[in-house]
Amino acid sequence: MAENKRAVLRKIKGYKSMMQITKAMKMVSASKLRRAQEKVLAARPYARELTKTLARLVKGGAGANHPLLAQRTGTPTVAYVAITADRGLAGGFNVNIIRKTQAAMKADPRPLKLVAIGRKGRDFFRKRGVMPVVEFTGFGEEPSFALVRQMLSQITDLYLKGEIDEVRLIYTEFVNPVTQRPKEMQLLPVVAPEDTGAHDGPDMDYIYVPDAEAVLNTLVPRFVETLFYQAILESKASEHGARMTAMGSATDNAKELIAKYTLAFNRARQAGITREISEIVGGAAALEG
Amino acid sequence: MAGEMTLQIVTPEGTVVKDVKTDAVIIPASEGSMGILHNHAPMVTALKVGVLRYKQGGHYKRVALAGGFMELSNNLITVLADTAEIGETIDVLRAQEARKRAETRLRDRAANVDRTRAEIALQRAMARLKAAGKLEDKD
Repeated sequence: MAENKRAVLRKIKGYKSMMQITKAMKMVSASKLRRAQEKVLAARPYARELTKTLARLVKGGAGANHPLLAQRTGTPTVAYVAITADRGLAGGFNVNIIRKTQAAMKADPRPLKLVAIGRKGRDFFRKRGVMPVVEFTGFGEEPSFALVRQMLSQITDLYLKGEIDEVRLIYTEFVNPVTQRPKEMQLLPVVAPEDTGAHDGPDMDYIYVPDAEAVLNTLVPRFVETLFYQAILESKASEHGARMTAMGSATDNAKELIAKYTLAFNRARQAGITREISEIVGGAAALEG
Repeated sequence: MAGEMTLQIVTPEGTVVKDVKTDAVIIPASEGSMGILHNHAPMVTALKVGVLRYKQGGHYKRVALAGGFMELSNNLITVLADTAEIGETIDVLRAQEARKRAETRLRDRAANVDRTRAEIALQRAMARLKAAGKLEDKD
């Protein structure tokens, strides 16, 4: 019985230290999540204004021939961009993206290429013999716009060279800290945003300086960059959200196990005491007899 | 009587100037500097690397921009810039170093120097110095 008691104690101690780690990870993720969320929010006004202006320009008929807008004919080579994290222990975060990517690639009969963002996704596909044409890892917690732009330029380079004809992003949409949804989005050729017509009241005649085509040329690349930047930011926020939730439930599980084993330990202790008392009582009775 | 306009400057990393009232704005448009006053016609223009100035209480405030574009309608000016730094917050020392670095790279005639990139870097550094008031602004 004493043996058993010690083993149970050791288990409780182990679970306690595990709980400390998961609790700390949860807290770290919570603060990283807050910062990531702020970045997502900060990027929104820019994206909104940009989309509005682009929609208006395209509606006006500009840019049908822009290299990033033009639809390509023939059988296009499609590049899937899987955005995962560099680290695990984030619940289903990485797995969801990997699965979605695999499913999308399986369902797509066209020639395929893979771009891997994040160590987890890259390692997974590499191990299975799918070599990414472009990969990025270790870009840190708060990728700057300039850095994201650099990453994207490698993809658009391939696109402009004609090695790939379509780019699809697989990223995680950040709904709220406990809900993240893997999503697929076409990045290139640019899907021109619809002009909702809800802005600014009546349609105004804009002067384009120097002309609509030139404005479009500065606008379209930025639109693509913004879409990509937002996908990265949302994935980052989702990663932290997923990790926070995962670590939260790990902490709860540890708590439950600790309670269970503490109960078992107390029972064993109680049983031991009862046995000792009955032994003493039995011994005393034997002496009296 | 000159009326007021509202100016906002947003970048992908956040809003730098939010709904500021101003009497006049001078922007570094792709075709050269451009002044904007009350009731200007609706306009969209590309911006180059340079300094934006907006008048507030009789004097100009400067913001260093690194390209982007501007939209104007109904006296609301929206600047979408790649980066934007308000003059007073610019780290002058860093900007001076960046300028020196870019100049050295441009002087270096080695083939492996990316001249366009160095030139843009130099323009950016100059814009930041101008915005900080450490360099004469001739525009």
